[in-house]
Amino acid sequence: MIDEWYATVGILGLAIVTVLTRGFFLLPERELTLPRWALQGLSYAPLAALVAVIAPEILLTDGVLLGTWRDARIYAVLVGTGYFWWRRGILGMIVSGTAVLLALKIGLGW
Amino acid sequence: MSLIQNPEFRRGFSEMVAPSLGMGAWALVTGVAMVKSGLSLPLAILMTMIVYAGSAQLAALPLLVAGAPLWVLWAAAFCVNLRFVIYSAHWHKYFGHLPRWQRLALGYFAVDLNYVFFVRRFPDPLPAPEQLPYLWGGIVWNWLSWQGASLIGIFVADRVPTQWNLGFAGVLALLGVTYSLLKGTKTWVAAGIAAGAAVAAFAMPLKLNIVVGIAAGVGVGLLLDRLLPDPAPERA
Repeated sequence: MIDEWYATVGILGLAIVTVLTRGFFLLPERELTLPRWALQGLSYAPLAALVAVIAPEILLTDGVLLGTWRDARIYAVLVGTGYFWWRRGILGMIVSGTAVLLALKIGLGW
Repeated sequence: MSLIQNPEFRRGFSEMVAPSLGMGAWALVTGVAMVKSGLSLPLAILMTMIVYAGSAQLAALPLLVAGAPLWVLWAAAFCVNLRFVIYSAHWHKYFGHLPRWQRLALGYFAVDLNYVFFVRRFPDPLPAPEQLPYLWGGIVWNWLSWQGASLIGIFVADRVPTQWNLGFAGVLALLGVTYSLLKGTKTWVAAGIAAGAAVAAFAMPLKLNIVVGIAAGVGVGLLLDRLLPDPAPERA
């Protein structure tokens, strides 16, 4: 279980992160601009952060690389990925991937 | 005087109805993922009500579950939210003259869809009187529909068995956002490096593998930009 106090403080901080990022250049009185290298870094950071969070969630089980093909996550990701590149839709990707996940989890116990 | 009577407010509100249906499904997934990751109902409700940033919430969940240090949690969310930093520079051109508390409120409530619709409606970055009511109309509808769908997800998830692993729908949602950010070879390489580094460094304490992954991905991206400069002009 997640510790309630830890999570409460974490969530309050996340709200502050929302305010800080959405107001970053809006809150100062003067108009500020970023140097070019910083803009380029900005374009890679969200991608890197998302990948760094989800890659272990998809590829690891208790810190070890997937050891079995009987893992519903593999097929959910494959089907969802196929859908995304076919139709470019995130929504359909979530629905198709989750459908496969549930079918394998409930049907086969993977 | 009354904002609700204002035709621009109504326009901003109604233009947001159709696209927010898609966002509603996203909010539903976020609500389910929060509860199925192990957040209690009150905490999940607190999170949706005050954080109000779907991708950052979903990215925060594995870190909260792992008990990551708070600075790692907040740094990861900050990176996921960096697109808002870029929007905020643009917002300043329209709303930089407003009192600070109004800018604070606008910044906090204006999400991706609001930005996209607003810039499409007002391409010239010059202040105009109809901008504020238009934006607030979209903000109000977006907030209501997002929070409504998120709360439905939270309460539905409470009745779904944990072994279904429905929280993984949140990972699929983030994977979709990731795919939509992949534009050109350099972004693929940067993403591959970030993934490899985050997985390889998984044994590190304090969830520092996330920080390693971000640093590796951004570092490689910047390096590639220096070695292979883009001929195309920067987007604004």
